[in-house]
Amino acid sequence: MSRPLLEIVNLSKSFPVRNAFGFTKTEVRAVKNVSFTIGRGEVYGLAGESGSGKSTVARMIMGLTEPTSGEILLDGENIAGGKHSHGRKVQMVFQNPGSSLNPRRTIGQSIAVPLAAHGQPSADRRRRIAELLDMVQLPAAYAQRYPHELSGGQKQRVAIARALAVMPKLLVLDEPTSALDVSVQARVIDLLVDLGRQLDLTFLFISHDLSLMRNFAQKIGVLYLGEIVETGDTAAVFENPRHDYTRLLLASVPVVSAEEEAMRPAIPLIDGEMPTAEQLLALRLQGQQQNQN
Amino acid sequence: MSDPLLSVRDLWVSFTTYSQTSQVLKGVDLDVPARSQIALVGESGSGKSVTMKAIMGLLRTPPARISRGQIFYDGRDLLAMSERDRVALRGTAMSMIFQDPMTSLNPVFTVGDQLGTILKYADRRLKRPRGRAERIARVHEVLGQVRMRDPERVARSYPIQLSGGMRQRVLIAMALLSEPKLLIADEPGTALDVTTQAQILKLLKDLVVERGLALLMITHNLGVVRETCSHVYVMNQGVVVEQGSTADLFAAPREEYTRSLIAAVPRLTGGTRYGTREAAR
Repeated sequence: MSRPLLEIVNLSKSFPVRNAFGFTKTEVRAVKNVSFTIGRGEVYGLAGESGSGKSTVARMIMGLTEPTSGEILLDGENIAGGKHSHGRKVQMVFQNPGSSLNPRRTIGQSIAVPLAAHGQPSADRRRRIAELLDMVQLPAAYAQRYPHELSGGQKQRVAIARALAVMPKLLVLDEPTSALDVSVQARVIDLLVDLGRQLDLTFLFISHDLSLMRNFAQKIGVLYLGEIVETGDTAAVFENPRHDYTRLLLASVPVVSAEEEAMRPAIPLIDGEMPTAEQLLALRLQGQQQNQN
Repeated sequence: MSDPLLSVRDLWVSFTTYSQTSQVLKGVDLDVPARSQIALVGESGSGKSVTMKAIMGLLRTPPARISRGQIFYDGRDLLAMSERDRVALRGTAMSMIFQDPMTSLNPVFTVGDQLGTILKYADRRLKRPRGRAERIARVHEVLGQVRMRDPERVARSYPIQLSGGMRQRVLIAMALLSEPKLLIADEPGTALDVTTQAQILKLLKDLVVERGLALLMITHNLGVVRETCSHVYVMNQGVVVEQGSTADLFAAPREEYTRSLIAAVPRLTGGTRYGTREAAR
């Protein structure tokens, strides 16, 4: 019972870099020994910038990319071997609903795809589609509409309905609201929280928006260049960030109140400019070496 | 009492498609004093981009129609002047920083070529004599001003050889080439990572202050507004619903719309409860 829903153990992925003749030159290690666990009903936030490997982790959990090494245990079962039977348990909601929905299919047809793929009898599909649309608070009549007739927030609701069609246990959310206005974002997150409670869902929430993550995720892992540099309860990490990269990330968030401003860690400026992550980490390394001498 | 550098008065813009006409701007008033940092904030569809395009003269007419209003720049009405005079101002007296560095730069020319060409035509419009060597020197100078470590190398590079943050710096340099008095920035840094965005915003703010420019920032991000601007205009459905100094507006928003907009922003300090009340029961 106490077993976590998702356990990731020493997960690594390298991509070969080929030269012009197709020979392998070197490798890029996109994900290096990443381990974390997500308990049942939990929201785990994976924070990182572009190139941090967060999308590669998501793709490996979805079975879209095969890991180089490591284990992905879902309900205690290793799914790293590239078997697709776990598609029923894990589903994903993508960043841009405008491009993740087929423009030539009606909403109903889009939602029917996973139903058909997972063997739902066709007689029952219409009822199930209406049920799913109702779950994401859209009228059943929307099944006949096309994506271009819907607003961004509505399209993202459809994407959520489609992901829920096969009754998954884990939902991977890859920047689900970064294309939406803030007020729409709030409503989509409200919906996700409600659904999580009703359907006993577990979320892996991937984002670069730390303010949103603070309020949505219970636990957080910060990815930098393929490694988790800091992990823990969200509140604890935000109030007392230990790694320099986490501090830099927090210091970079544009905020709307004085309380938040007071909470952002102070970052040393380099030549009057905000340092990049590499500069800051190099500076810290220098300081440590000087202390040793 | 000096007039503001840019002043928009009672601007009405409509768009006509097929048989339908929709009123997109309904009497927008906006002032940008010299050396000030002004934000125009709103959600998608609020009309902030149309306002910006009307100011820059980038609206295509038709389908757009400016049915009423004036836009004064330095005391002259932009909407009343000849196309030729208007073009002479664009990119020289007022210039724009675009949002997406990848689509705003031509992938097949070096950064130096592109900046040089822009400068050449700006010089021609303003009838400024400047030789090729001087032009190259000016391009290097501006790349230095946006804190590029090695301007000569950047000028020789193609856009693909630069990082996202460096490309955004190139776009800022592009806007600064002709020493404009007014900079209009459209969602600067939104396409970038948070740490890079923080660097770009800091750079932009420093540049505007040290060079005495006026900045009009168009954005949907309230955090960005608070970090960079001193005065805010909030737009919704084609009208300015509220305006005021950044400190006042964030501390005590008067309008319901502004209040809900600020309330929708998740806080770094936590405390936002997600989930509807019915479900919690």
